[in-house]
Amino acid sequence: MPLLSLSLMSLRNRWITGSLTVFAIAVSVTLLLGVEKVRTEAKASFANTISGTDLIVGARSGAIQLLLYSVFRIGNATNNISWESYRDIAGLPQVAWTIPLSLGDAHRGYRVLGTNRDYFRHYRFANKRRLAFSAGGPFEDLFDAVLGADVAKALGYELGDAIVVAHGLGRAGFSKHDDKPFRVAGILAKTGTPVDRTVHVSLEGIEAIHVDWRGGARVPGKGVTADEVRRMNLEPKAFTAFLVGLKSRLSVFALQRHVNEYRDEPLLAVLPGVALQELWGLMGTAETALTAISAFVVVTGLLGMLTMLLATLNERRREMAILRSVGARPVHVFGLFVIEATILTALGTVFGLALLYVSLLIAQPIVDTRFGLYITIGLPTARDLLVLGLVVGAGVLVGAVPAYRAYRQSLADGMMVRT
Amino acid sequence: MGQAMVRMRDIRFRWRPRDPLVLDIPVLDVEEGERVFIKGPSGSGKTSLLNLLGGVAVPEAGAISIRGTEITGLRGSRRDAFRADHVGFIFQMFNLVPYLSLIDNVVLPCRFSRSRCSRAVERGGTLDGEARRILGHLELDVDALVSRPVTRLSMGQQQRVAAARALIGAPELVIADEPTSSLDADMRRSFLRLLFREIEEAGATLLFVSHDASLEDAFDHTVALAAINRAGMDG
Repeated sequence: MPLLSLSLMSLRNRWITGSLTVFAIAVSVTLLLGVEKVRTEAKASFANTISGTDLIVGARSGAIQLLLYSVFRIGNATNNISWESYRDIAGLPQVAWTIPLSLGDAHRGYRVLGTNRDYFRHYRFANKRRLAFSAGGPFEDLFDAVLGADVAKALGYELGDAIVVAHGLGRAGFSKHDDKPFRVAGILAKTGTPVDRTVHVSLEGIEAIHVDWRGGARVPGKGVTADEVRRMNLEPKAFTAFLVGLKSRLSVFALQRHVNEYRDEPLLAVLPGVALQELWGLMGTAETALTAISAFVVVTGLLGMLTMLLATLNERRREMAILRSVGARPVHVFGLFVIEATILTALGTVFGLALLYVSLLIAQPIVDTRFGLYITIGLPTARDLLVLGLVVGAGVLVGAVPAYRAYRQSLADGMMVRT
Repeated sequence: MGQAMVRMRDIRFRWRPRDPLVLDIPVLDVEEGERVFIKGPSGSGKTSLLNLLGGVAVPEAGAISIRGTEITGLRGSRRDAFRADHVGFIFQMFNLVPYLSLIDNVVLPCRFSRSRCSRAVERGGTLDGEARRILGHLELDVDALVSRPVTRLSMGQQQRVAAARALIGAPELVIADEPTSSLDADMRRSFLRLLFREIEEAGATLLFVSHDASLEDAFDHTVALAAINRAGMDG
């Protein structure tokens, strides 16, 4: 192979432009693979948000909206559902368990979720994993709260700390339920789902702090103390949504139809998996755009290489003439350029892959704490390898452009550069 | 005189179909072992002649044979291989590949010709040894210069490296195109002396192309390109 070592020596001679080219390709490859990695991890984590729940039931609106507020704690319910409807549906024989959810209040920017102890018993995420406590346990008292892992960590709460729930969802809500503070009774282990960013209290607790409120403001002169409220009937009249687990998954469609055609109240039941798919589908465009952008960055990297190789073409005419005089064929000249392009691209992809793993190692804990997205670091997937192969293939093709020009030039020049 | 080294018959050549005729040479013969001075001012068709002899260009009519092989009848890749095996070239200037070391420049033809490679190894033990041997014969201080980038050698040194490259692996025909025109008078004489000595030792045939008539006396005979080329002056 007379050309490989020639190419290597030629590249070594131009190592500054060469390594810049390799770097540009490496960064673009890192970006391409990184976007793909984050995309698949985000999708997996997204699908892991809720598991084991057969139906989500809420007031009639859209499936995605219901999913967003009940599972992702994003946005608000337009309507509540009545306690009677809930009792009716929860009492059906095919229903194994239900988890009522009441949303609408916040604590320092984190959503407060009113629920009952079934939440800790039946809620599943990821691959049917159950919630675990890193400290304390479920709420016992009316004013007990259980914090998600991120809430406890970000706000530095420990067991026994008192927290005040603000009315509404503003980060700095002016109206606070400061007359009835809650006590931290438990802290959940990290789940990588919106549960981490939620403050859980009992449904009765939610009811209790609103007992002297009407229409979003405290009723003047009608203060009810924390002790007085304990003696009141705190069964909620209405709440936001509830999760349903069935004894047999076979009955899921029948129950869904039953809820959707419920006569006393307009209700909506959705299958979490279907709604998740639908929601992810909405993000499909962004996903495609990201992939397209990173693919274009790779194209830019390869164009940089093309520029570099084309720019040297003229100054290398004499070199090609010398090679011709010692017996190189025009096809050797072609090969020299293609091999140089191949080496540059191959080095670029290898360094790109290395850069990806370094970035993942650095980014993993940050992304985990900031966005609750745990990125698993593993071997490159078959798809990654395919992408890398395509990049190298594209590099070879790009290299063929200057190679062909050098070939033509060399045919015309022969052994002497004619100017 | 020995056998025929170069035979050219009724050569007609132009660069492109519509260009004027550059070469129209009825006969040009060079015998084996001869040192021939081909005299011609620039523009007399020297470049074309060299490209034809190297097999890089082909005439539109006529035949060229070297050592009895009719190269005008060979395919392009065979002509390239023939050149690699049998012909060594030295040019006026910029003879060296800038990114190759001194030794790598000398052994460059051996990358493209197995026969020259094996002949070089036969003579010098190794490629590197043979390169050093020839460079030494050309009175180049190899040890002092071997690690220096070839672009930082003096013009005289560069030309000697180029001569060593043309000679390595003992090609039968060495073609030199104005190899001394970038050298001063003293250097010119010593370069010629050393080149002749090596050519003689290798038993090679030398075609020396130049416009400088003062060098003419050192050669076996002179061919004036203008006299044998009927195509006229331009090109």
